[in-house]
Amino acid sequence: MPPEASPLSIVLVEPDKNRALQIIDSLKAAGNYDIRVIAESTGLARAVASFNPDVVLVDLANPSRDIIEELSVASTPLERPVAMFVDQSDDAMTKAAIEAGVSAYVVDGLRADRVKPILDAAITRFHMFSRVRKELETTKRALEERKVIDRAKGLLMKARGIDEDAAYSLLRKTAMDQNKRVVDVASALVTAAGLLG
Amino acid sequence: MRKAELSLGYIPLVDSAPLLVAQEMGFAAQEGLDLNLEKAPSWSSLRDMVAFGRVHAAHMLAPVPVALALGLGGALPPLHAAMTTSVNGNVIGVSISLAEKMRSNGATLDFRDATSIGHAMMKSKAERLRIGVPFPFSMHAELLYYWLSALGYAAPQGLEIRTVPPPLMANAVASGEIDAFCVGEPWGSIAVERGYGELILPTSAIWNFAPEKILAMRKDWISERPELAQRLTRAVWRAGRWLADPESHTTATELLSRKDVLNVSREVIDRTLSGQLIVNQRGEERHVPNFIEFHKGTATFPWKSQAAWIGYRMATRLGFEPSGAMSAARDVFRTDLYRRALAETTAALPGASEKVEGAIDQAEPAASAKGTLILERDRFFDGAIFDPYKEDRS
Repeated sequence: MPPEASPLSIVLVEPDKNRALQIIDSLKAAGNYDIRVIAESTGLARAVASFNPDVVLVDLANPSRDIIEELSVASTPLERPVAMFVDQSDDAMTKAAIEAGVSAYVVDGLRADRVKPILDAAITRFHMFSRVRKELETTKRALEERKVIDRAKGLLMKARGIDEDAAYSLLRKTAMDQNKRVVDVASALVTAAGLLG
Repeated sequence: MRKAELSLGYIPLVDSAPLLVAQEMGFAAQEGLDLNLEKAPSWSSLRDMVAFGRVHAAHMLAPVPVALALGLGGALPPLHAAMTTSVNGNVIGVSISLAEKMRSNGATLDFRDATSIGHAMMKSKAERLRIGVPFPFSMHAELLYYWLSALGYAAPQGLEIRTVPPPLMANAVASGEIDAFCVGEPWGSIAVERGYGELILPTSAIWNFAPEKILAMRKDWISERPELAQRLTRAVWRAGRWLADPESHTTATELLSRKDVLNVSREVIDRTLSGQLIVNQRGEERHVPNFIEFHKGTATFPWKSQAAWIGYRMATRLGFEPSGAMSAARDVFRTDLYRRALAETTAALPGASEKVEGAIDQAEPAASAKGTLILERDRFFDGAIFDPYKEDRS
């Protein structure tokens, strides 16, 4: 049997177990692959090297990605087995991968048509993750802003003896007059109150 | 006039200051530029961000574009260095237990003598010494290899250099994954603050005036938008000049310590800018002249001989043919762009684009088209001299 027919081995570097499982599902749906997950950044380079995979997938936002870079100089220069998947001939796919936040390292010389389904699957899945991540961030920020505004309202109610609606109107009017966001005015007030004790 | 918007990538480090200052202190605006700064999670991502045009330019480890020119780190479009943005600024530290062993073996940890401290470090560790560096293609790695091999400890027998992302460095020492580290500030001081490590040398004790970070741009972009590339170079050069003035330190420290930048206390950042480092938990302080330079002498000039040094070191270490590697490396440092960008400024431009590295003991004046140009002390700790032409012929 020619070596090309054996299933490609993939190492997925992903500390989050849930995410790892979802990526594995997507990859399994795309083809028959031998997939291993590494969650720890400790000893990462050695762990990846010991599996000797055809492809390594890692989140672009993961600082541990630099550790994998080490593998590009780990072997002798004549047979450097791991090269980054940035074949200039396929700019569109590389761009798509970077946009989605996935970086892949593949064995030098591996045929692009064998890698494509893997990347396609990973890209789709990663796109979903980054959307969820963005939504989470937006929600978190909104919550934090809410908290600051509530504290500012409380300060105004106490200092001026007004009710909540009046306090909010005052914040909103000041923000409009100063061409600022309500949360910025609220946060300035909270900081100032903190300083004044 | 509408300002041209440029996006710039950086890794949160004290030496990313010239980029941040260029925007915050109005040097970019002076050139009609509006810079949008983007934080990158790792050096490999930052390199890819520039290579694929996600950002127009970035502050980057000087060896990264050289490595790329040698075909290391992927088949990416070539990156070039418009200028050096900082010289020196890294520290070498060891775990608390290794520091204690070095002391009990009679070492004087004066933070100066690279020879005796190097021997003490190697002799105090029974097995293979494991040292963490931020990236395989970095001055950290090159200077460590240079230092320890000049002392007779050749890798790979006596030593293992591992990649550890800077934010994880302190923990890697604490968990015993590494025995020592070489890292840019504030991460060395953070290891001291957390009580995991002790600083033993600044990298300036190995090479007194080593290029550290460069302003990286894609080669095509420089040819397509030469005028923008020059304006950006000027803005960053002015930012470096501002940073070099001690009167700017309070403002610079304030700017860098911000939560959205380094999120580190002002006091820790001030140690780097003042060259006044606290090396251990007992609070021992060491003053390092030229600890980090953003402007002094020819700090920002992208000397082709320094690129050649990096290329030569990498080639001999990794088994490439040195003279080809040196010539590929030279092309990466764009003295032509630097000269054009700064022609109309007060910058004193050197007459030559290459020099013999490691030959200057005391700061001395040098040939320049205009103004007074001072070459700073640039010795290697072992007194070696790197003559790029001689290496080429040999």
